[in-house]
Formats: sequence, C-alpha cells, structure tokens
Amino acid sequence: MQELLNTYLPNLAEKLPGFGQAIVETLQMVAKSGVFIFFIGLFLGITMNVTKKNGILENKIVFQIVDKVVNLFRSIPFIILLAALIPLTRMISGTAIGVQGAIVPLVFGTTPFFSRQVETALAEMNPGLIEAAIAMGESPLSIIFRVLLRECIPGLVRAVTITIINLISLTAMAGAVGAGGLGDFAIRFGYQRNQPDVTFASVVVLVIIVTIVQVLGNFISNKYTKTA
Amino acid sequence: MIEFKDVNKTFEVDGKVVNAVQNVNLTIKDGEIFGIIGFSGAGKSTLVRMINMLEKPTSGQVVINGTEITSLKGKALRQQRKKIGMIFQHFNLFSSRTVGGNIAFAMKKKGLSKLEIDKKVDELLDIVGLSDKKEAYPSQLSGGQKQRVAIARALATDPDILLSDESTSALDPRTTSSILQLLKEVNERLGITIVVITHEMQVVKEICDRVAVMENGNVVESGDVFQIFANPVAEITKEFVDSTTTLSRIYQYIKDESEITKIEKGEVIVRFRYLERNSSEALVSMISRKFNLDVNIIFGDVELIGENPIGGLVSIIRGDQKNIQDALTYLKEKNVGVEVIKDARVA
Repeated sequence: MQELLNTYLPNLAEKLPGFGQAIVETLQMVAKSGVFIFFIGLFLGITMNVTKKNGILENKIVFQIVDKVVNLFRSIPFIILLAALIPLTRMISGTAIGVQGAIVPLVFGTTPFFSRQVETALAEMNPGLIEAAIAMGESPLSIIFRVLLRECIPGLVRAVTITIINLISLTAMAGAVGAGGLGDFAIRFGYQRNQPDVTFASVVVLVIIVTIVQVLGNFISNKYTKTA
Repeated sequence: MIEFKDVNKTFEVDGKVVNAVQNVNLTIKDGEIFGIIGFSGAGKSTLVRMINMLEKPTSGQVVINGTEITSLKGKALRQQRKKIGMIFQHFNLFSSRTVGGNIAFAMKKKGLSKLEIDKKVDELLDIVGLSDKKEAYPSQLSGGQKQRVAIARALATDPDILLSDESTSALDPRTTSSILQLLKEVNERLGITIVVITHEMQVVKEICDRVAVMENGNVVESGDVFQIFANPVAEITKEFVDSTTTLSRIYQYIKDESEITKIEKGEVIVRFRYLERNSSEALVSMISRKFNLDVNIIFGDVELIGENPIGGLVSIIRGDQKNIQDALTYLKEKNVGVEVIKDARVA
C-alpha cells in the first residue's frame, strides 16, 4: 500500500498526516457552519413562506424585508463576501483565519441559498392541507410544525442535500483566505507547487464525500415520500 | 342553529370588485342536512366558508348557536372551529400520516391519553367502515376511502356541524351514493347538522332536508327539498330540477317528430307533474276507469325524495272529447300539474 502510494502519488505520500488533517477540517467547516445555516435558513424560509401573500401569517413588510435581504446576499459572489466580512468575522469568531474564521462567511454565503431552497420546498405544499388544518382549529405555530414542515420533509431533505454539496464547494474557496481544508490543501500543494497528484487525491475525496451526501439525501427523501 | 344575517362578501380581483355573496339571510336548523346548490362561481363555497370563518364576511353577521362568530379572533375562533368539521372535494388528507394519524391529528392537543385517542380512532374507523386501513397511507386508498377517512377525521373533535364542500364531486356515481349514505348515517346517528355544498341535484335529492339555490352570490330560492323540486320558481332552480329528470326531453322529441310522439286525430299528449305528496294514489288507472279513457304512458320519471314520489308522466290519452276535458279538470283539482303538450283534438 505504502509502496503503491510512493510510486503513483509521491507528493501525497509525503504529507499523509496533513491530508488527513485537511479532510477533517473540511468536515468540521461543513458541520459547524451547517448547524447555523440549517436553523437560520429554516427560520428564514418558513418566515418567507408564512408571511407571503395568502400565507397563514401574511405580513407584507416582514416578507419584503426577508425576501430582499436574502436576494441581496445571494447576489454577492462568495469570494467577495469572504473578504468583505473579515472585520465582522474577527468580531464574532475572534479570528479571520482557520476553520474558526471560515464559519461566519460560510454561514452568510450559504444561509440565503438554503432559505430560498426551503421556501421553494414549502411552496410545493398543497394549500388544501393548510386550509384543512385551519378549519380544524390549529394555531399557526402548530400548522407550521405539524403540517407544513412534516408534509414537506422530502423537499426539505433535498434542499439540505443540495445545500451541503454547495457548502462543501464553498469550503474549498474559503481555503483561499486561509481556512484550511481540502481546497486549501489542493491549492497550496497541487496548484502552487505543481503537484497534480495532490489535486487529484483531493478531488477524489471530495467526490466521495459529495456522493455519500447525495445518496444519503435521496434515500431519506424517498423514505419520506408517501405519495404514489 | 346557524344564522346568516345580511351577509355580504366582496373580493377585489385585478382591480374589479366581485360580489361573491350578496345580502344572504338564511337559517340552518340543528340536526338537519342543508344543501346549498349552485353552479361554480355562484358563491356557495364562499358562503359556507363563513361558517368556520375561512372567509370573513365584508358585512353582516354569522351566528352559530347564539355566538356571533364574525367577531371571534385567535384562540376563541380556534375553539369555535374545533366544533365544526369540514370535508373537501379533494379530501385534503395529510399524506405523511397514516389513516390513523390523520384521524388522531386534531385530538392530540385535547389532553387525551394515547390509549383514549387510539380507542376513539378505532370507533371512528368503525363508523366509516375502514377498520382494516388504520396503518395505510392516504396514497394507498381509493377516492371513496379517502373521503371516508376525511369524514372520520372531521368527526374526531365531536363537532356539532359538518361542512361538506363538494365532497362527492371527485367521485364516481356509485362511490358518491355510498358517501352520501354515510353522511346521512352520521347525521342520524350523531345528530350532527350537515351543510352540503354541491352542483349536483342528485346530492340534494338523496340526502338533504332543505335546500338553498344560489346564483351570482344571491340565494334565489330556499326551502323544503320536495317543495323546491315540485314547484321550482326561479329559472335556475328549474334548470337544476330538469337536470335530474329526463322528462323535459319530450319537448325535443316532439320537435323532432319522433315516432313515440305521433298521435292520431282526437288524441292528446299530456304531461302530468306531481306537485304534492299524492302520487301514491293510482291517478292513471283512476281516470281511465272513471272517465272511460285509454291512457298510454309513453314516458315517465318518478323518483323518491325522502319518502315522497316526485316527477311526472307523459301520456297519450284517447277517448271521448268531453271525457278527456273532464279528466284533466279532475286531475287539476287533485293538484296534479297538467300540461297539454300536443293536441290533435278537433276544436
């Protein structure tokens, strides 16, 4: 095994511990920022859904604000967001580099995308079910949790899947500001020092991670799909 | 008792004001099955949605058992809604929940134990005849079964009123009948007031005690189903009544000079309509005996509304001219609608 590595991936073989560290960093960035993105994005997505016209808590002002803010952040390229957020990142995380420094920009870069995905998933809801729940005397909060979110689980799982995959690719970009992780690893060694085997290995690992996420996502989504 | 008092509802669609419901005054009594019939866009759905405030009236009041519900808000409104079950054309079952889960949905917050809920779910499934489907998902059921589950779900909170919004319109005729039977059973067994919206006269005919006919947001006619059927006044009501009987086809046949409408000199084609609950009397054989006439029934449509026959006959009458005249007069006195539609008597 070691011999095989030495022959075909000589540069990678030299820095296996660093490579392992990069994989861990990527997963850490995805997991840590993912938790924030999930809850904030879900909240914003639900807010947009319920406050829009004919929603159960219709509120034009709230809808317009959330909708516009989400659009604003979605239109800023991530690489620019990374740089622009450095002061804020320092304030919140205490540092702008490393895994810790990547969390804030990742949250800002991905939450708007995820909240839009959530809103789209919830919009597929059959309005008749909401009407039925209202007629049964359910409160708005109960309708959100017991009807809206529950009925939309397959669509929400798909939204989470695609967001995680998106997030993984953004962590690679966060490497550019010294966040570490596989992207940083591939750029530093594979690109800047012209060690293509390092790039290749990084890509393979990323493909494997993305595939696992996608397969898992499809599996869970199908499991919750009850319509024939 | 549900009372509508001067209820109006206007919508604004693309800058145009639409009067969905206009000046409706209506009282629905406890324990009856009340039908609201009209073509689509007549406002019947909007009217009924005011009973559970899915639509708020623009003006006027809706009073249920003395409570003015138009002014209710928040929790008080939700409490009121729990006393009103509703079923829909497209069933609106929660696809992520089993049949049992759907029925239990509204019970979960009533402070009942798991065991009590389960027992109640079983009872309701028994009423709607789906005891074996408790663990099935809605997507595995037929349309009629879905509506049965919806009925069970609507009954879960022991409501006083059940609203049925075109609940049989997506079902085939046989399933429609079975769902109507179930509604009737529920009405009789549990004493629930049922308000049925429909565009099908058959639905009114099969289960309703009283009916209101709606057109362009107005209630144009309302009353006892038999009365409405026997003596429709408004044009639209006549249309609905005709839609359920083949009797009016006779005019077309006469126009087309169809074989069955050919009569000889001295004969007459007459349409009899039963206007009162009297058609159980043997009117045809009576006049043929009493006035010595031949009465040949060429066309007939007699149905039961509740337990009373309604409908009419088209007959060719042959015999002595004076006797024919006397017979027709006699029938009119008996309050049978008599209409001579083709006359070959000598003047």
